[in-house]
Amino acid sequence: MTAHDAVLRSPRRRSVLPGFGISAAITSVMITALVIIPLAVLALRAASLGPAEFLAAAWTPRARAAYAVSLGASLTAAIISSLCGLLVAWVLVRIDFPGRRLLDALVDVPLALPTAVAGLVYSTLYVERGWLGRFLVPLGIHGAYSWLGIVLVLVFVSLPFAIRVVQPVLESLDHDTEEAARMLGASRVQTFLQVIFPAIFPAVLTGFALALARALGEYGSVVFISGNMPFKTEIAPVLIVSRLEEFAYAEATAIAVVLLAMSISLLIVVNWLQQRVARNAQ
Amino acid sequence: MSKPTITSAHPLTHGLLVAAATGIVGLLIVVPLASVFAEAFAEGPAAWWRALAHDPDTRHAIWLSLTVAPLAVAINTVFGVATAWLVSRFRFPGRSLLITLCDVPFSVSPVVAGLALVLIFGRQGLLGPTLESLGWKVIFSWPGLVLATTFVTLPLVVRELIPVMEAIGPEEELAAVSLGASGWQVFTRVTLPNIRWALLHGIVLANARAMGEFGAVYVVSGHIAGATDTMPLRVEKLFQEYRTPASMAVASVLAGLALITLVAKVVIERRLEAEARELEAARSLPDTLDTTPLDTGFSTATKGLTS
Repeated sequence: MTAHDAVLRSPRRRSVLPGFGISAAITSVMITALVIIPLAVLALRAASLGPAEFLAAAWTPRARAAYAVSLGASLTAAIISSLCGLLVAWVLVRIDFPGRRLLDALVDVPLALPTAVAGLVYSTLYVERGWLGRFLVPLGIHGAYSWLGIVLVLVFVSLPFAIRVVQPVLESLDHDTEEAARMLGASRVQTFLQVIFPAIFPAVLTGFALALARALGEYGSVVFISGNMPFKTEIAPVLIVSRLEEFAYAEATAIAVVLLAMSISLLIVVNWLQQRVARNAQ
Repeated sequence: MSKPTITSAHPLTHGLLVAAATGIVGLLIVVPLASVFAEAFAEGPAAWWRALAHDPDTRHAIWLSLTVAPLAVAINTVFGVATAWLVSRFRFPGRSLLITLCDVPFSVSPVVAGLALVLIFGRQGLLGPTLESLGWKVIFSWPGLVLATTFVTLPLVVRELIPVMEAIGPEEELAAVSLGASGWQVFTRVTLPNIRWALLHGIVLANARAMGEFGAVYVVSGHIAGATDTMPLRVEKLFQEYRTPASMAVASVLAGLALITLVAKVVIERRLEAEARELEAARSLPDTLDTTPLDTGFSTATKGLTS
């Protein structure tokens, strides 16, 4: 890599390779037009409201309830995804069984299946006459038009992230320490908790962060299954859309900025945790 | 995926773990996927076909999706190749900031992205009135759909290309340049053949996401039936109109596309793994001819003798 760096470090001293100018032009125009300007406009529009107006728009009881539903359901879904993801990744990496490759391919379905289709199908599965609802509804478990429904679809959309981040780390895990721990008399559970888990924990955290970011922003699948009842099952993105449909742009922008701040600060926290874990591991 | 490393656990534990993993994937993924097709074909293939082909709004939605998604993917392919070339072949200030910016769309809710576009191009937006006087319509029209879809899929192609191009390294391209190849020749004869499977992988993923995008597109489209409804938006509208069988028919087409995407993904990943192995083999070959290991062995031996 250092050899590459020496060759590549030189747009000023004219790199040997062509294409710096044109690729820099394409990249900067597109990043500016698609990422920087839209986010700047969003921030400026929110800033132009002034503190009192901003709070009046973004901190209404209905908006606060929506943040709580968004945050609660996304955190629950990301935790479930991380736990299930760890288990599925473990099975895929460590155990040989018929159908392993098929299971591995199926894990990617939520990445390819449109979220609207997922929302539609989940809502029909868990209603009273649905395939799963007919067993669950008599037990008092309502998987459609409920908070549980939101969590279910969020687990669906975020599961691949939790699995795919942990899987390569499990594959590259060094077996010698594990064997040494077993030789020295550690039980299977002890080996997992004290040898394997610390090594894969940073990856689990990354998977958790990706799953959480995806879940917090998700709209397509939730809108089908949640019933969107204000104060109960209305998530923040749904509230943004309903404000927009009333042409209340200022309110929509204020709520959007809060949602954006929420996902960015959560990512920063997870990032910080990750660095601490990595430092402790060293 | 690589071969599993078998742990010496009790067969019963293994069985339970496999059952649990299969249960999770089955309940969360396989059952919903199977029920899309079961519901879509519940009244027979004729009814399925009628729901798709005899509804002009649905036909228009299919056509619109097939236009918007490739456009967004094409823009992202150009962006992805240019950015990956820039990031993997040059060192410049702001390089890591650029990589971070490419990932931003992953942590922005698609609804928020759509809202930002409305604030810029909408009737009350920054550029909206100017564009309207020129007769251009972005929001509630197809350019808005393309912009929203491009934003959401922005990281997908770049993220595939950067690690692959970093791993391949610039040696072959440097050789081509030193032999007098033009920039275009270097790209089409050296770079493109090297990255073709990674690029295809990124395109397939971006296309799947583009066809299925809902939140961002929902906000900018104004969901006008027969004009700005894409396939996922059509699924929602039919569902809201209590036409669930028709909604399921459109959903089944999208689910079919998702399955095709997955098969393509598996095939491409096999090729990518094969090429990564070839690259590794090519890298290790000169090492065995290298004289350094011999040298160090010799010098340590002599050092042992002299001390």
